[in-house]
Amino acid sequence: MQFIKDRINYLFKSTKGLILLAIAMIAMETAIFGMLSGPMAEIGIRDFVIRILRMDLIQAEREGRIIILYHSISMAVIAIETYMITSLLKMKEFYKTAVRMFITVGYLFVMIFGMGFAYWGHNWAFHGIYISGLALIFFAGVLLCVALWPWNKEYVITDKDYAHTKRGLDVERMAFFATALTTVISAIFGAVPGSFFGNGFEVFLAENIIRLPEKTPMQYSIIGHLHIMLALIAIMITLIIGRWLNFKGILHRVAMPMMILGTIVLNLGVWGVVTPLEPIAHMIIYVGATPSMLAALLLLIWSWAKLIRDGTVQLQKPTFGQKLAALVRDPLKFGPTWQMLFMNFTTSGIGIFMAIRLDKIFRVWPAREERIELTGHWHALSAIIATIILMYYGDMIGLKGKIRQLYGWLILIFSDTALAAVTIFEMKRLFISEAGQQPLVNWLMYAIDFGLGLLLVLLAVVMVWRLIDLFKKKGRWSEEVEQELEKEVEK
Amino acid sequence: MKRIYLILFLLSALLASCASVDLDAPVPTFNTGVDPNAWATVSAGTFFHGQAADPASIDYDYEIMVTDVTVSQYVHFLNEALTNRTLKVDSEQIVGFYPGDVFQGVKHEIRIDPGNYILVPTNDPASRFTFNGTDFSVKKGWENHPMTNVSWFGAWIYCGYYGWLLPTELEWEKAARGSKDDRPFPWGYDIARNIANFYTSRDPFENMSSNGSLTTPVGFYNGQTYGDYSTLISVSPYGLYDMAGNVWQWTGDVYEGMHYRFMRGGSKDTYDMDLRIWVRNNATPSYYSPGVGFRCARKP
Repeated sequence: MQFIKDRINYLFKSTKGLILLAIAMIAMETAIFGMLSGPMAEIGIRDFVIRILRMDLIQAEREGRIIILYHSISMAVIAIETYMITSLLKMKEFYKTAVRMFITVGYLFVMIFGMGFAYWGHNWAFHGIYISGLALIFFAGVLLCVALWPWNKEYVITDKDYAHTKRGLDVERMAFFATALTTVISAIFGAVPGSFFGNGFEVFLAENIIRLPEKTPMQYSIIGHLHIMLALIAIMITLIIGRWLNFKGILHRVAMPMMILGTIVLNLGVWGVVTPLEPIAHMIIYVGATPSMLAALLLLIWSWAKLIRDGTVQLQKPTFGQKLAALVRDPLKFGPTWQMLFMNFTTSGIGIFMAIRLDKIFRVWPAREERIELTGHWHALSAIIATIILMYYGDMIGLKGKIRQLYGWLILIFSDTALAAVTIFEMKRLFISEAGQQPLVNWLMYAIDFGLGLLLVLLAVVMVWRLIDLFKKKGRWSEEVEQELEKEVEK
Repeated sequence: MKRIYLILFLLSALLASCASVDLDAPVPTFNTGVDPNAWATVSAGTFFHGQAADPASIDYDYEIMVTDVTVSQYVHFLNEALTNRTLKVDSEQIVGFYPGDVFQGVKHEIRIDPGNYILVPTNDPASRFTFNGTDFSVKKGWENHPMTNVSWFGAWIYCGYYGWLLPTELEWEKAARGSKDDRPFPWGYDIARNIANFYTSRDPFENMSSNGSLTTPVGFYNGQTYGDYSTLISVSPYGLYDMAGNVWQWTGDVYEGMHYRFMRGGSKDTYDMDLRIWVRNNATPSYYSPGVGFRCARKP
């Protein structure tokens, strides 16, 4: 009995146990439901999985299923970020416990009962529990905002290395607070139309209505919601990585106010799509996105400079090669910011290019081509966020030596190969005709399947290792029970 | 040494991905027994519309082609309309007159004034016809395949030439779904690889290592066995073929504030989810593709 109690205590009460559980849930869900689409459907695995797992799939409900699937994965990601925040930043123990309790119960409800409802017939009790789960996560978000309240005197800082006001207001904490608060508000922009359309049992995916000239405020609200939630998850992971790496100095003092400004303006722009400001909402969004992305760039510059400085400290006049070697020496420290840079190729760059050439190029193509670009670029952003989390997790569980190198580099190589191929696939019509595309498409699909498939295999290996570890009396888990991320921040 | 092998592998992969596709490769020929000149009558009345199966009604009888317009039919039209000067050659395309749309000035809307617009390109290697400067002819083996690489203008002018129309989206949907139930596919509720031509449906015309998915002859999925390939009957409640898969089909609606024209039915290039009756696609009316065709409708 003590055996089970200790493990449950680790998985549900410790920071690293909670993160492990959420990663394991996402890994399982991705593995199972990833077999229902794309190449897995082509080679017949989808039909096999549906039969074996006795899923009950109705053609007209595909969009609804996908919406629940997206939500269920993203809720677990939000939970992981929340565990990280509550372990990295100072806060009252009561809030920390309460936030974690609500969000854990919430995301597990969403994942288990949401997916149960969506893929295994319509048990309406499951749907109710799914909605309760979402509500609990929302409540956890509200509590997190209270816990992060930056004007609390306990959180005043005076260290000049970190951005703060004259009165000692911690600007980084304020950035966390602003991101958490706007996330909670932006969730409402999904909840309201979700209830509106859900009650009529009508579902649609935003990418399928993009070309309609007249959209209702509810439709705009959904489009805004999905964009901003993913952007906020990305902003939050940037802040988390910055805290983990102990981002500080002049660049920190410049970046943090920009992060706050960017987050708020970005949100105002997105919320504006359901108001009469809609015609200029995109402009506001661009204005907001710029400082946020610049702040991430400053983190990258600072972090790379530090990696080079630390790695060449013993050398008097390091050469370019030595600096480069120092930069990439630790893939888990280099990787997260590299992925942020790579994101410009797969997501931001594509998004900006599409916006600039929308009517000249992309809207000359059929809507289905535009849909590929839209869904492709935000899938890529989601995958990049996931890899950043996995790299932080690799450091968190104390990977060292060759295993650390292997784990870090394989994540980078597998994911970037796949995502580069996805990006070329999205843009293929720019350089190859529809009739002549198949050989290129085949190779791109091989690269995507190779990258994503092996990434999942790598994740599975880590999860199996951690599962075996849980059966050991003095496994790694027993050391992690008491560990907090705040103590592991870079010196 | 290992690095050299890796580089060689990557280079060969790159070269393979750039390999050109033989667009004139021979295709198998099959007689489906389905008459492309046949029409089906759709009677006035209610039906279930869209994904949510909302009740809708069409208060008149209409007829709609049993199959997509074939390459043979369209080439015949091109030759006739070129001879009687309904159409003309303009640079490397055949153009015809379209009276234009009312321009509302809505965001992203493009003005379509009265004038000559492209029906088909004359020099696209993906087309299933050839043009020698005066006459069109069908490439061997493609006679009974759906006409593709035809713009919305090309579809609209073809139907109009014979006094017909492109079906509206509602007309198309009712013809595909029938009037009794909310089926997602013209033949019913489930899809199989041998009931329609979609991406990786493994029909005899598909070669995913080179050409990819190609069109199948109109009416191909009628329960016949072609060589060692057996098909299921895909006919809709009103007796129409190819209302799901093979080629997207242009529809006739011109919506206020929007220059896009809508297509229905999914195609050889899309996954089965796009074959569901309510799924819409759209493009500018001058767009043409090897995966887009059409059929006409008329009032009896």
